[in-house]
Amino acid sequence: MVKVTIDDVQIEVEPGTTILNAARQIGGDVVPPAMCFYSKLPGTGGKCRTCLVEVAAGSEKDPRPMPKLMASCSTQVMDGMIVKNKTSERVQEGRGGVVEFLLINHPLDCPVCDQAGECNLQDLGFQHGGAKTRYEEERRTYDPIDIGNKIKLHMNRCILCYRCVHVANQLTDSRVHGVLNRGEHAEISTYIENAIENDFSGNMIDVCPVGALTDKTFRFKSRVWFLKPMDVSCECTKCSGKAVAWMFGDEIYRVTARKDKYGEVEDQDGKTGWICNDCRFEKKDPAKWSIEGPRKINRHSVISQGHYQSPRGNSQKKIN
Amino acid sequence: MNTMQSLTDRKKVVSKKEMTFMEKLYLPAIIGGMWITFKHLFRKNNTVKYPEETREFAPVYRGQHVLKRDEEGRENCTACGLCAVACPAEAITMVAAERVKGEENLYREEKYAEKYEINMLRCIFCGLCEEACPKEAIFLTDRIVPSNFERDEFVYGKDRLVEQLNDRIDITKRQHTGKRSKI
Ligand code: SF4
Ligand code: SF4
Ligand code: SF4
Ligand code: SF4
Ligand code: FES
Repeated sequence: MVKVTIDDVQIEVEPGTTILNAARQIGGDVVPPAMCFYSKLPGTGGKCRTCLVEVAAGSEKDPRPMPKLMASCSTQVMDGMIVKNKTSERVQEGRGGVVEFLLINHPLDCPVCDQAGECNLQDLGFQHGGAKTRYEEERRTYDPIDIGNKIKLHMNRCILCYRCVHVANQLTDSRVHGVLNRGEHAEISTYIENAIENDFSGNMIDVCPVGALTDKTFRFKSRVWFLKPMDVSCECTKCSGKAVAWMFGDEIYRVTARKDKYGEVEDQDGKTGWICNDCRFEKKDPAKWSIEGPRKINRHSVISQGHYQSPRGNSQKKIN
Repeated sequence: MNTMQSLTDRKKVVSKKEMTFMEKLYLPAIIGGMWITFKHLFRKNNTVKYPEETREFAPVYRGQHVLKRDEEGRENCTACGLCAVACPAEAITMVAAERVKGEENLYREEKYAEKYEINMLRCIFCGLCEEACPKEAIFLTDRIVPSNFERDEFVYGKDRLVEQLNDRIDITKRQHTGKRSKI
């Protein structure tokens, strides 16, 4: 076990743990935000730089500070390492710069975007973003395109975190989706809009930290804060069958996987609870699901706005 | 006596003293009262003769809402739902729809409000919807919501909320913030 201090909190972790995971073991405010790292997808991380932290002392043996801010999702802890996240002004300033860069080409789309209310970039922008832009050039723009007949890609909003590419790589058997071109011109592509025909392709929507990939069956139907998230389950031969139904009255507007407080899909029965496209896109009939109860939502989230009654409503009675 | 200490000094002891003969007559008091009433006849009126005469509204008066169009006549509202979530009276409901090709001259954004309703009986005219709107679409105006015998008539749909192209509603007096930046 190695000892590491993050924002004055000491913790012992397994050797080889990254700083970000060590911080997540502590939890709370010391956890740096992560836009590209996804613990359930090996190989992710190191792209977005929002998780930068300051390493004030490298290790017990060599306590010199690291000169640059380090990406906590891909830096391993050393015994006696001292990390500063919240307590470091350099980190806050650096992260503000990263957010500014992420927003350079990002449209001012939140009122239209289906991700609004559950968007990591919105949260980051709220915490670090300036109210004004300093960018004077034209923004890079693309037309929205369809990925298959159920997923919409708004390339304008993509932050090139590569999470969706890893989903395509790791969950689906044949990859027809990737990143084309480089740098400013990089774009997510399905190789000339090749439809992705795979039972688990819908999970791209869940891993996308922004509103670049959205559910076409839910497109513009409502805003997440008007819906009531319910834990639901069904017998499914392809996936765990455990999902969240976003309900309005007795109607299911959309189905997503169950996500934890870092926006990552929760484990179900020891495996990551990805859900299949049938559950996500086809089962909009409440009779096909058994409702377990309202999903716990952080009370600071806009999603818990205006839910005065028990989110079970009357639907529970009718279904039983 | 062991009474409790009073928490304020506003307590007054009620005196119950016997009235004098003059007070018992009541007449001087009545005449004094009439004199005050008489003096008011020569004062300036504080009231106006509504409805012939109406008072001037403050520029920020909060009356019936308007859904604005932009300079090109396109509807500003993008059905983002922020007004509805800000509304403390839950008076606003909406249904969004996607703009199709050929409707670019009708709606400013890719998404628009297909239905938009405000229940004027629920509304408390607080103006929070106006404050929440990121698209400068909804404003409260100096128009008064007319009374009616039917409750249903108070649910205002887009027909009564969206401004008419040939009858634009001026909200410049209440809006000099220039919220919409050029991005
Ligand atoms: S992706 Fe997030 S920040 Fe970008 S437009 Fe959508 S909600 Fe707003
Ligand atoms: S589409 Fe979403 S998940 Fe894919 S790279 Fe862009 S932001 Fe990341
Ligand atoms: S004025 Fe206030 S109560 Fe009326 S619709 Fe707007 S937010 Fe709701
Ligand atoms: S009036 Fe404004 S706040 Fe309300 S839905 Fe339309 S754009 Fe959004
Ligand atoms: S989360 Fe570490 S670089 Fe993106």
